[in-house]
Amino acid sequence: MIVKDIVSCIEGEPLLICDPDLLEKEYTSAFATDLMSDALAMIHNSTETMVLVTGLANVQSLRTAEMLDIKLLILVRGKTLPDDILEVAREKDLNIITTGLTMYSACGRLYKEGLCGIYG
Amino acid sequence: MASILHKEYKVIRDDYIGAGKVSSDIKKTLSTIGVDAGVLRRISVACYESEINMIIHAWGGDITMDVTDDGVIRLVFADPGPGIPDMAKAMTPGWSTASDTARDMGFGAGMGLPNIKRVSDEFDIKTSEKGTTLTLGFKVEQ
Repeated sequence: MIVKDIVSCIEGEPLLICDPDLLEKEYTSAFATDLMSDALAMIHNSTETMVLVTGLANVQSLRTAEMLDIKLLILVRGKTLPDDILEVAREKDLNIITTGLTMYSACGRLYKEGLCGIYG
Repeated sequence: MASILHKEYKVIRDDYIGAGKVSSDIKKTLSTIGVDAGVLRRISVACYESEINMIIHAWGGDITMDVTDDGVIRLVFADPGPGIPDMAKAMTPGWSTASDTARDMGFGAGMGLPNIKRVSDEFDIKTSEKGTTLTLGFKVEQ
C-alpha cells in the first residue's frame, strides 16, 4: 500500500516526514501494539516496509522502531509528540503519521485496503 | 580471542527517558564496522531489551561490548541487584513484574528475557541477590 493511500485511508496527518519520497513508497505489512516488547518479539518478521501502529507516544516507541529498522510509525487516538522527542525521531530518520482513529479502527481500515498483518 | 573493539557504558536505574541510548550507540558503532543488517538487528533488539531490564528491574549497572578477533560480538550486562528470584518464571513468555511506571512507558509485556534468548547465539545468565550478569554472544557472518 502506498503511503499517501495509507494517510488518506486513516484520515491521517503527517507529523514528521524525513524521507522526501515517503508518500510514494509502498509498505507491505503492519504490526500494532502499545507494548514495545511485543513489537521487539516480532524481529524475524520485521522489514523496512512494515508499519508500526501504536498509541505509545513517547521516546521508547521511536527507539523500538530504530532497533527493528522500522521507518514508518502511525500514532493512533490523536497522539502527537513534543518537539524534543520529534527531534530524536528526526535524528533517526523516522517518519510519523498521526490519526484521530482508535487502534482498532485504524487497523481495520488498513487491513480492508490490503495492508496485511505480518502473518497475513 | 582478543578484543579488537571495546566499549563501556553506565546505565542508571529508573532512567526511562534515556533507556535505549546505549543500544542506539552500539547499533551505530557496529553499523560503521559493517556488521550484517540481520545480525545487527538481532543484536540491537537483545541489547535494547537487556538495557531496559537493567533500568526497570535492576538498580542500573554496566554494559560492555567487545568485538573479538574470532568474529564474535559479546555483550555483558552486569547489575548490582536485586537479582531475579525465580528464573523459570522470568523465562516464561508473558510473565512480568514491571511497575506501573514501566508499563506506562510501553514495557512489561513479559517478553524480554525469552526474546533475548531467542535472538542470541550465546546466552548465559547468572543471578543472586548481589546482582545479575547476562552475557550474550553473536556470531558475525563471514
